[in-house]
Formats: sequence, C-alpha cells, structure tokens
Amino acid sequence: MARIIEFFNTWGEQLHETFIVQERYKWMLEGLSNTLIITLGALIIGVALGTVIATIKYFSEDRKVLKILGKLCDIYVTTIRGIPVVVLLLIFYYLILKSSEGVVVGIVTFGLNSAAYMAELIRSGINAVDVGQLEAGRSLGLSKLQTMRKIIFPQAVRNILPAIGNEFIALLKETSVAGYVAVKDLTRAGNLIRNNTFDAFNPLIAVALVYLILVVLLTGLLSKLERRLSKSDRSKKSKKKL
Amino acid sequence: MIEVKNLRKNFDDLEVLKGINETINKGDVACIIGPSGSGKSTFLRCLNMLEIPTGGQIVFEGDDLTAKGVDLNLHRQKMGMVFQQFHLFPHMTVIDNLTMAPVMLKKATKAQAEKKGMELLERVGLADRASAYPAELSGGQKQRVAIVRALCMNPDVMLFDEPTSALDPEMVGEVLDVMKELAKEGMTMVVVTHEMGFAKEVANRVLFMDDGVIMEEGTPQEIFENPKCERLKTFLSKVL
Repeated sequence: MARIIEFFNTWGEQLHETFIVQERYKWMLEGLSNTLIITLGALIIGVALGTVIATIKYFSEDRKVLKILGKLCDIYVTTIRGIPVVVLLLIFYYLILKSSEGVVVGIVTFGLNSAAYMAELIRSGINAVDVGQLEAGRSLGLSKLQTMRKIIFPQAVRNILPAIGNEFIALLKETSVAGYVAVKDLTRAGNLIRNNTFDAFNPLIAVALVYLILVVLLTGLLSKLERRLSKSDRSKKSKKKL
Repeated sequence: MIEVKNLRKNFDDLEVLKGINETINKGDVACIIGPSGSGKSTFLRCLNMLEIPTGGQIVFEGDDLTAKGVDLNLHRQKMGMVFQQFHLFPHMTVIDNLTMAPVMLKKATKAQAEKKGMELLERVGLADRASAYPAELSGGQKQRVAIVRALCMNPDVMLFDEPTSALDPEMVGEVLDVMKELAKEGMTMVVVTHEMGFAKEVANRVLFMDDGVIMEEGTPQEIFENPKCERLKTFLSKVL
C-alpha cells in the first residue's frame, strides 16, 4: 500500500524525467507521425492495388489475356499471405529497396502486404452482390466494366466497409514492427525512451494508450461512414428499432 | 424483329432448350406459358444473350447476336428486360435508377433523362417516389419502376421474365395494368408469365413451352379454348 502511494507521489516527477527532459516527448511525436504516414501510405497502396487485383480476378473469368494476369495475382496473394510481415519488411529493407529510407520501405512493404488481404476482401464483397445486379446492368446495354463501376462496386464497398475498417486498424497496429528496419515509429520511439531513461513503465504505457486512442477514433469515424453509406438501406434502420 | 433459329441451350449435361424456331414480329405481344422447368425463362434470357445459347441463332433487327464480334451492348440497349426479382439498383434513388444507363450510354443528357424519367413515373403513378430508395418501395412499386427503367432506354422490344411472380397477390394488378397499357401503345413484348388472364386478354400470340420446345402456339382463343396437344390440355386443367 505504502509503495502505491509513493508511486503516485513521485509519478509526476517520473513523467517529467522520462518525457520532458531532453524533450523526449518529441521522439514520441515523431514516432506517431511516422506511424501515421506509414499506415496511411500503406492503406492507399493496399486499397488501390487490392482493387486492381480484385478487378483483374473478376474479369479473368471471361478474357483469355486476363486469365494469365489472374494467375499472377493468385501467386502474388498466396506469396504475400504466406510470409510474415516482419520477414517481408527485412527482405525489402536489406534486399530489394536497399538504399531507401526506412519509412519508404515501411509504406511499400505494408502496402503490398495489405493489398493481398484487401484483394481477397474486395473479391468477397463483389461476389456477395446479387448476380441479378450484373444482369440488370447488362440488360440495359452497359458493358461489364460500366456495370462493375456504377452498380457492382459501390454495393461491394458497402458490404465490406466494416471489414476494410478492421484491416485498417490491423494495419495501424502491424506497423509497430517497423522498428525492425530502423524506422523510428511510435513503438520504437517508446522503446528508445525506455532504453535511455531505464523507465519501462511510462513510455510503454504511453505508447499503448496512443495506439488505443487512435483505434477508438478510427472506429468511431468508420461507423459514421458506414451509417452514411447505408442510408439507402431501410433494413438496417429498422433493425436498430428491434 | 426477333428471329430464333434452332435455338439450343445446355447447362452441362442438362438439355434445357432443344431446338426452338420462332419469330417475334413488330407489335407482337407474345406470352410464353408452360410448366416450371420447361425452359421458358431460359428461352427469354437467350433472346438478349443473358444466357449464351449452346447452338442456333438469334437474329435481332437483322443482326445475328450469336455471331462473333457483334456488339451485344448496342443491341441490348434496344431490348428492355424486366426481371422476376426486379433487380433495381439499391444504392441509387428511383430517379437515378432510371437515368443512370441513358446518361452513361450518352442516349440523353442528365436533364433530358430526368424529364423523361419523371414523365414515365407520372404515368405509372410513382412520380412522388422519385427520390426514394428501392428499399422504401413495395414490390409492385419496385416492379413498376423496373419497367420504367427499361423504358427509359427507348427499347424496340420489352422482355418480361415472370414479372408478377414475386409479388403479393394484391400488387399483381398494378403491374399488369402498366403492361397492358404498354401493349395498347403498340410495344413489342415477350412475356413469360403464369398470369393466364393477362395472356388471354392482352396477348396476340401464346406460346406453350414444355420440355425445352414450343409444343403449341396460336392466338389466345386457339390455345385456351381449343388446345390440341395433350400436354397443353393437362397444363391448362391444372392452372385454370
């Protein structure tokens, strides 16, 4: 009991020593900004490339040229999903993008990694759209690509938005291994402070809290977006009342 | 307008259409009746190539749709289709459902398409639902919107695939009324239906399909009052 009271008595002092001295809180801020840059960059690559892969897969059923591309996409997805992201990160840092900056390696690695998962996600979302929608579009004289763009894809996105949100959150946390290739991300910043101050408690808890807050904010944002997208869906509104 | 020559369709080993020869003329209202599983819907869906025939030809306005390199999209613009399950686009409002294709395919400007869409909605009594989403409509309203959506492309022929089969009984009438009006205006229509009353009243030709072929065809009087083949007699005795 006495130790707990003592801990709180000296906590303010500890915080000062850990974060304010040498302006070490700036390390955290820099780490946070790197984490966000890598996450957002990777998300953009992941969504864009994932969409391309899913689209190629969708069309590869009826075009011979795309069939080969589709197979390549399969190989890509299988390979990426079969390798731990830390190993991928090391491979990119030491073998493929040797002279690049850590942050760039992080964006590329996590982006390519995420793309494989996004592609599968988007494909499942497309498959979940009733085939009648495709038929209705085609019967009006729209091409398959036009039908895809205007009719299938918007509905697919709505189907998979929660799953994309999960992927986004997983991605944010996944970037915490970027420290393996000397990127000063949030996790590494906290760890560096721990190293320098011999205070393990405050930096690690602070790092954990920042991640937690980011995820909570993201979750809120995503559910807002979901609500907006589902405004055409009466079934969802009435479900709430039940 | 549509000439069907020796149309055959297999699903794997299952032979669904076993050689159909048929001509749909301009102004025809042709009703296709028959027991379920007889290939009615498959036949209709072959007409605009939603099902790719295994053999035979579909000649629409002089062009063979089964030929390689034919621009199907261009021909489909001239063939409206109405589905049993409506298949409205759930993420768009009613008016956007109507204008999307004409605008996208450059058949009309946005303003023109909206004007035409509103006029047609007015005629089917749904002008006040233009900004609603499909999920907010009843089945009968959805199907009327689906008919209008097809009409907005100014088709030369309308294909109906059991348009009232998914509707509650009290909503069947409102959809059939729209179709009757359409027939009166001289629209060429091919209708797969179980509504014998509609076939009797509106069709100028009735085709009886069974077992993948057209077994008998004729005017509604001939088919309903003087059926010749045994299968048709049995079928009519069950549904009338």
